[in-house]
Amino acid sequence: MANQVYSQQFDNGLTLLAEPMDWLESAAFSLLIPSGADRDPKHLLGLSNFVCEMAQRGCGSRSSRQFIEDLELLGVDSSGSVSNAFTSYGGSMPAEKLADALTIYADVARQPHMSGEQFEDAQQVCIQEVRSHEDDLAHKAMTELRRQRYPNPYSRVSYGNLETIQQIKIDDVREHFRVFHQPQGAILSVAGKIDWPSLCAHVEQLFDDWTGSNQPIDETQAPAEPYSHIAHDSSQTHLAVSYDSVPYSADDYFQSHGAVGVLSGGMSSRLFTEVREKRGLCYAVYASCETVRTRGAVVSYAGTTTERAQETLNVLVDELLRLRKGVREEELQRLKARIKSQLIMAQESSSARSSQIAWDWYHLNRVRGLDELSSIIDALTCVTINKYLDDNPPRDFRVVTLGAKQLEIPRGIS
Amino acid sequence: MEFRRQTLDNGLEVIAETSPKAYSTAIGFFVNTGSRDETDEISGVSHFLEHMVFKGTPTRSAADVNRELDEIGSQSNAFTSEEHTVYYARVLPEYQSRASDLLSDIMRPSLRDEDFEMEKQVIIEEIAKYEDQPPFGAFEKCMRAHFGEHPLGRSVLGTAETVGSLTSEQMRSYFEQRYSPGNIVLVASGNVDFEQLVSDAQRNCGAWTPFHVARVTPRANEHSEFQVIKKDTAAQEYVVQITNGPAADDDDRYAARLMATIIGDDTGSRLFWELIDTGRAEFASISPYEFQGTGMLMTYLACRPEDTAECLAQIRNVYEHAQHSGVADEELLRAKSKICSDLVRHNESPARRLFSVGNNWLQRNSYRTVRETVENYQAVTIDEVNAVLSKYPLTVGTTVAVGPLAEITT
Repeated sequence: MANQVYSQQFDNGLTLLAEPMDWLESAAFSLLIPSGADRDPKHLLGLSNFVCEMAQRGCGSRSSRQFIEDLELLGVDSSGSVSNAFTSYGGSMPAEKLADALTIYADVARQPHMSGEQFEDAQQVCIQEVRSHEDDLAHKAMTELRRQRYPNPYSRVSYGNLETIQQIKIDDVREHFRVFHQPQGAILSVAGKIDWPSLCAHVEQLFDDWTGSNQPIDETQAPAEPYSHIAHDSSQTHLAVSYDSVPYSADDYFQSHGAVGVLSGGMSSRLFTEVREKRGLCYAVYASCETVRTRGAVVSYAGTTTERAQETLNVLVDELLRLRKGVREEELQRLKARIKSQLIMAQESSSARSSQIAWDWYHLNRVRGLDELSSIIDALTCVTINKYLDDNPPRDFRVVTLGAKQLEIPRGIS
Repeated sequence: MEFRRQTLDNGLEVIAETSPKAYSTAIGFFVNTGSRDETDEISGVSHFLEHMVFKGTPTRSAADVNRELDEIGSQSNAFTSEEHTVYYARVLPEYQSRASDLLSDIMRPSLRDEDFEMEKQVIIEEIAKYEDQPPFGAFEKCMRAHFGEHPLGRSVLGTAETVGSLTSEQMRSYFEQRYSPGNIVLVASGNVDFEQLVSDAQRNCGAWTPFHVARVTPRANEHSEFQVIKKDTAAQEYVVQITNGPAADDDDRYAARLMATIIGDDTGSRLFWELIDTGRAEFASISPYEFQGTGMLMTYLACRPEDTAECLAQIRNVYEHAQHSGVADEELLRAKSKICSDLVRHNESPARRLFSVGNNWLQRNSYRTVRETVENYQAVTIDEVNAVLSKYPLTVGTTVAVGPLAEITT
C-alpha cells in the first residue's frame, strides 16, 4: 500500500499536496480556503457561504454561464461549499483535464467578479438553502447538538438564517472576500493520475503571486444547555447524543476511533445489534467521531417513532456508557478487518484520497500514508483501547430530542 | 477487462466483468423481483423479505450473518426497487469465496417467525423515517396516480398497515414463487477469480430447485392528473411530475438521457438556469427511469410554497419551448461530455460497475463495456434528441404536490 505524497509550500502560505495514483484514469482536487462560517460576523451569519456562491457566478474571463459550461465541456464534476472552517472547491475529472480545471478554479479563488448583477439571485439561492434545512429533521437535531457541544463560532452552520442573509449587502460580500479569501493557510490537494513536476509548475504559475494573510477569530460564546427538546409534529422522534472525546490530531485519536468502531459502522457493531437487531427500535442508528478544530466529540443519532423514543434513548445511552467497560478481542478483530479493507479500497477513488490528504494536512500539518495508517491499526489492541477508555470514559454528555414528546434523560449522563 | 458468463444446470446465471488489477471484488445476487410483482395483500413484501434475508439460515443465526460479513471486512448491503432486489458485498479479493459462500447461504433464508415479528418493527420505523423526510411520500403518491392499476403503481416500502398485517406464511409463499435460480443472477466485478466463483456457486447454489417465474410487463396508460396534498409541518412545497419515457429495451433511452441532462440536470441545464441559478427554487430537475415494458421521466421541484404556481409555469415554459424548438448542438456536446466523463470515472470502482453490469443483464440480458456505452452516447444525433421530445411530451403527465399548500392554481 506504499503511497507517495508530495508537498510544496509556497511563500504566500498556500500548500500544494499531491498523491499520484497511476492506476487510475481520473484526477481529483480539493481547494480549501480558510474562510468558513467561523469567520462570519455575528450579525451577518452565512456571509462566507454567500461569498462562495458569488465566487462561482463569473470569474476571470468567464461569465457565470461560461464558468459552468466550460467545466461541463471538460467533464468536471465540480462542487463548492462552506464548512465551519473552510470554503471548499472541488472537482473530479478525466486526468488529462486537471490542468484546465485548476486554471478555472484559480480564477474562482482569486478573481471572482462579485458582480452586483448576480447579487439578488445569489441571495435567493442562499435563502433556499436555509429553507431546505428546515425540512431536514435529523439535520436539525444534529445542528442543535453541535450548538450544545462547541463554543460559538465553532458550532455554526454555514448557511446562516433568513434574517442575517437578508441583511447582507454586496459590499459585505466583496469586503469579506477581500479579507478572508487569502492564500495563508489554504490547501490545494490533488490525487489521481498526475505528474508531480508539471502539476507543481502549473500550480506555481497559477497561485505563486497570490498574496494576503488571514485574520484571527474571536472565540466568545459558551455552548448551550446540555439537554434540549425541539417540539415538532413528526412521525419519528430524532435523538442526538454526544460525549466529549479527542480530536483527530490527538496521539490517542485512533484509540477513540477504535472504540467508536466497535459501537457503530459494521453489521455486527453494538448499536446496530442492540438497538435495531435485538429490539427493532429503529431503522437508522449510528455513532461517529467528529473533530471541530482542536475539539473532538463522539456524536450519535437514532430516529424512532414517538411511543418507542424513550426506550430507544435509554438503550442508546446504555450502550454508550457500556463502552466504559471496554471492548472485546473479537470485536476488535472485526473492526480491524473493516478498516484495513477501507484503506485498501480508498485507492480506487481519487476524490476520496484528495479530500483525505487535505484533511490530514489541516489537522496534522503532514499526511499519513496508507502504510502508516495500516501500522497504526495493526498496533491497536484491546489493552490500548481499554486503557484509553479507562482514562477517557464517555462523559460530559449532550442530548437533543426533536419530535412530538419531550423525553427523560437517562440516569448516568445527566 | 473481460466479460465471463456461465449458467448452472438449475438456471442460475453467473456473470462477471473481471479486472485483475482492481483492489477490490464486488459480488451481488440480483433477483428479478420487486414491488411490481406484489399484490395488494402483500404490498411491501419484497422489501421486507430483503431485510429478512439477513436474518439467518438453517446453519446461521442473524448475528452469525452480521458477524461474518464484518469478519471479512465487507461493505455489504441490499436494496429493493420496483423491479429488482439486490444483495451485495464489496471485499478484498482474498475474501471472494467467503463472501460468495455467505451471500449464497443467505439467499435461502429460514424466515423464522420471531425474526419476522422483530424485523417488522424495523420496517415500520423505516416507513416512519421516510414520512418525515422530503418529499414526504410525493414520489410514491405520484407513481400510484400515474400508473394507477399498473403494477409499477405499487409502493416499494408498502404502508405501516400492509406491512403490519403481513404474515410469515405470505412471505414464504412469495419467496417460493420468486426466488427461483432462473430468476436470479450472480454478478461479480473487479478482481474476480471467475473459475472459483463458478465452482463456489455450483457447490452453494447448484441444489436450488428451479421453478417457473413470470412477470407481466404491460405498457402504462397515460394519465393526466393533478393532486395537492396538504402537510402543515413542511416548510417547502415538493412537487413530483411523471410523464412517459422510454422502456429499458427502447433504443431511444440514450437520447432520452441526453435530453434530460440538457433540459433538467441539477447543474448547467435549462431548468438550472431558469429556476436554480436565480434562486426561484431550491431544486428542479428531470430524470429518466426505465422499467421493463415502460418508462418515465420524473420532474422534481422543491420551492417556497408561495412560488409553486410560478415555478410550475416556468417549468412548463421550458418544456414547451424545448418541444417546439428542440435543443442546440452545443448543449448536446456538453451533455455528452458530462455523461461520458461520469461513466469513465465510475469505471474505476468495481462496486459501481457491479450495479451497471447487473442491471444491464437483468433489464436487457446483455453486457456492455464502458467504452461501448460511451460510444452509444457519442453516436446520438440532435435529431434523435428532438425526436424523443416529440415522442415523450414532457407537458402531459401526472403531478403530485406535498407541502403547506391546500391548492395550487396553474
